[in-house]
Amino acid sequence: MTTLQTSADSAGLWTLAWRRLRADRVAMAALAVVAGFLLLVLLSSMGLVAADWEDEVAVNYAPPGFVGADATARALAQAQLPRATPPNAFDPLAAELAALQAQLAATHPPVAKQTTLLFGADKWGHDIVKKTIKGGETSIVVGLVAALVAVTLGTLFGAVAGFFGGWIDDLFNWFYSIFTSIPSILMILTVAAVLQQRGVTTIVLILGLTGWTGPFRLMRAEYIKHSAREYVMAANAIGASNWQRMFGHILPNVSHVALVQMSILVVGFIKAEVILSFLGFGVPVGTVSWGSMLNEAQNELILGKWWQLAAAAGAMAVLVTSFSLFADALRDALDPKIK
Amino acid sequence: MVAWFRFGSFMVAYIVRRLWQMLPTMAGVVLLVFVLFNWVGGDPAYLLAGKMADASAIENIRRQLGLDQPYPVQLWIFVQQILTFDFGNAWSTGEPVAQIITSRLGPSLTVLIPLTVLEVFFGIALALGIAFVRGSLTDRAVMIACTVGMSISILVYISVFQYVFAYQLGLFPVQGWGSSLGENLRHYALLPIIIGLAVSIAPTLRLYRSFVLDEVGQDYVRTARAKGLSERRIVWVHVLRNAAIPIITHVMANLPALLIGAFLLERFFGIPGIGREVILAVERSDFPVIKAITVYVAAATMVFNLLADLLYRAVDPRVQFR
Repeated sequence: MTTLQTSADSAGLWTLAWRRLRADRVAMAALAVVAGFLLLVLLSSMGLVAADWEDEVAVNYAPPGFVGADATARALAQAQLPRATPPNAFDPLAAELAALQAQLAATHPPVAKQTTLLFGADKWGHDIVKKTIKGGETSIVVGLVAALVAVTLGTLFGAVAGFFGGWIDDLFNWFYSIFTSIPSILMILTVAAVLQQRGVTTIVLILGLTGWTGPFRLMRAEYIKHSAREYVMAANAIGASNWQRMFGHILPNVSHVALVQMSILVVGFIKAEVILSFLGFGVPVGTVSWGSMLNEAQNELILGKWWQLAAAAGAMAVLVTSFSLFADALRDALDPKIK
Repeated sequence: MVAWFRFGSFMVAYIVRRLWQMLPTMAGVVLLVFVLFNWVGGDPAYLLAGKMADASAIENIRRQLGLDQPYPVQLWIFVQQILTFDFGNAWSTGEPVAQIITSRLGPSLTVLIPLTVLEVFFGIALALGIAFVRGSLTDRAVMIACTVGMSISILVYISVFQYVFAYQLGLFPVQGWGSSLGENLRHYALLPIIIGLAVSIAPTLRLYRSFVLDEVGQDYVRTARAKGLSERRIVWVHVLRNAAIPIITHVMANLPALLIGAFLLERFFGIPGIGREVILAVERSDFPVIKAITVYVAAATMVFNLLADLLYRAVDPRVQFR
């Protein structure tokens, strides 16, 4: 959290907000959890954690350690041990193959697949814990970047509409009324249908381009309010240009609204990404996200393999709960008038 | 008599003006959908013609769809389609789009109407109940439970409820849809409605609680207390009538969105509704279906917003039509 340069006796908006936030124990706990998740995302994107999630370290559907290995898992582990092929006297390449196999055994010693893992394994024997971390990376990054795009667009449009007013305001309000008359999920699905491409960038674009309406409404109201204030008139009097007044003078005074909007949008976008990926309109094959995990887990549940569902759902629930609690606290801290 | 006549003419004038104001927005929606599908989306003729298409086949499809015409003509074709409710046939199944929409509406409403009624009923009852104990530990615990409940993905609710109640316990059919309304309501729609209720009750309660708490601080509540009314009467009669106004807007404004929003329920339970049709259309790149549904749902949203404003007047005589 940045603090503005203020004298000791008059703390700025951010310092005051930070003090209020510090006093709120729930908010600080939520912030700690969110920070933990972000740290995991950072480590995993740098390849320090969960980089090897695609290794098939366990047998298919190995149960979690606290459940214990079942007979099926043990039998599978036996069956999946590398076995020597029976010798074939007529094989002209027998000597070469034996040499190659010896070389392979030296460099890659055969590892027995594990029958249990900390939180079980999926259909291919991937470690669920690592998979959840990797999936979280995709989901959280999509949520953050899409929210950044949406808030940037909303702030830009809101600033222009609110500051200039007149026909420019009418034009942006027209856009706003168009976008809000189409339910957001329908809008998202429509854009997904048109773009026809699956990929992380596509989801970010879909969510960002359809989600700007909320920030726009609030930022426009703030800009209308602030553009008539005395400090802006004073800036005008000393010759500050329109853009300087909009983004140099007004923006720092309304940026807390954007920050709160962003933290609210992140939660919504993480949920939306999960649903999109679940439906198969989200992340491409080969990329894991919480949504694609839930998609796999839906079929596994019928086989009684509940751990992938529990891991993805649990991780998502913890993050979203903390993020929402933090967003609420942030709004209360930055805008003490609203209770 | 005269007063009623004047009220009636005011209202007609108001409705006409509101409908007139909708026109630019509606035109914008049509334009947006047109730009998305005819310009951003690329040429659907390649999609339709399949992998082994020759130039003449593609040219033929383009001519049939009117894609060889200049953009203004294409836009005019689209506007005509909307006004005549005739979007031609769906690309994937060949079923007329108008028939798809009308036949999918029934199953969607079979789930949505009971769901909305129950959701509003339970939401109001719980929110008013919570208002009695506002600020207490119970209030805080319920609000935290709501936050946690909201943070669990709807996918998890559906997967787990379907697995436990339908698959394991066998209390409900796992999937399916019947032909008669009674059978559907008694049999197939029950579990989807219960799940919908479980998912929506947390956000609804939070929202309605904030509406109710906005009212309990008002002067009229203090006056009612000063008159010696019971807290029960104050909350259930005085506060409820005033909190009903934002609740009505919320419900009305969200009805069209709900039509699409239930798509996950419809997909999991195999209910042939509008939401499931949208998903299928996106999967199959069936543009006419998506275009039609988007335009009509947007129109419905605007009409329902108007209805919400009209209902205001019925509930709150202070609201004036301007």
